[in-house]
Amino acid sequence: MIYLNGNPHDGAAEQTVAAVLALFELTPDARGVAVAVDGEVVPRAGWGTFAIPDGARVEVLTAMQGG
Amino acid sequence: MATQTDTDPLTIAGRTLHSRLLLGTGGFPSLALLAEAIRASGSELVTVALRRVDPTARGSLIDVLEREGVELLPNTAGCFTARDAVLTAKLAREAFQTDWVKLEVIGDEDTLLPDAPELLKAAELLVDDGFVVLPYTTDDPVLARRLVDVGCAAVMPLGAPIGSGMGIRNPYNISLIREAVQVPVVLDAGVGTASDATLAMELGCDAVMVASAVSRAGDPVAMAGAMRCAVQAGRLASGAGRIPRRTYATASSPHAGVADFSSPA
Repeated sequence: MIYLNGNPHDGAAEQTVAAVLALFELTPDARGVAVAVDGEVVPRAGWGTFAIPDGARVEVLTAMQGG
Repeated sequence: MATQTDTDPLTIAGRTLHSRLLLGTGGFPSLALLAEAIRASGSELVTVALRRVDPTARGSLIDVLEREGVELLPNTAGCFTARDAVLTAKLAREAFQTDWVKLEVIGDEDTLLPDAPELLKAAELLVDDGFVVLPYTTDDPVLARRLVDVGCAAVMPLGAPIGSGMGIRNPYNISLIREAVQVPVVLDAGVGTASDATLAMELGCDAVMVASAVSRAGDPVAMAGAMRCAVQAGRLASGAGRIPRRTYATASSPHAGVADFSSPA
């Protein structure tokens, strides 16, 4: 289980960032997207290999109107 | 995007801007209206926030901004600590391939005023990490100087709290900030209408950032155009050299040659 943008999500632990992005219908070349796992940036180059630990807090972020 | 130069260009950290108006993208009811307002404003640099992906969102902000040919300035709005602001800036760099950041570290929900110690700490960390840092700061000339001392590329002092539309509450401090630092000064927050933007430029600011004043105006596109003219007017006036203020009148028509209409005695 992981926390994906604040919501508990079963079955996504030990998967790659790319696999989790697919839950949002985002591909690894999606523009304007960044990912943090447990408060650390996961660079785009690592999305295909970085395995998300069980219980991790995953934040998938993009541009919103603001400022 | 400005089709022609609105004013003399402004350079921040080696990037030349032909418009001295920065536009926030927040508060526009639709992306179509945002796009129209960008065109009317002539702005080349617009701010965006970084938020959780919303699978139900319609249309892409990034696509709209790219189509309008403007540069993105990611902000760290919503961050209350240096740690969160630094992480947000790094995520924005990853998402948008820009090392520019409008640094906001807020101290309090009600006033949204900057938290000075956290702001300074975050600025230093980000500059050390290679960011071009434009901090949203108070109208305190000493803090502005400290931010520049740690390497900020510009300072963005507030005229009044964000979204308050109260104008420039302490014009003397804004002038003092302009004198205190050698980097561009961008008046940020508090602008309510066009005359506030003109005053900022007359006080010596190098640019003005507006968001709510445009996006929440009755007619955002018309106000965007007004802000464009206001910044241009203020810039020209500040270079033109205003007349001194006097208590009594000084006639602008000559006294010599005034006709005598009195009746013969």
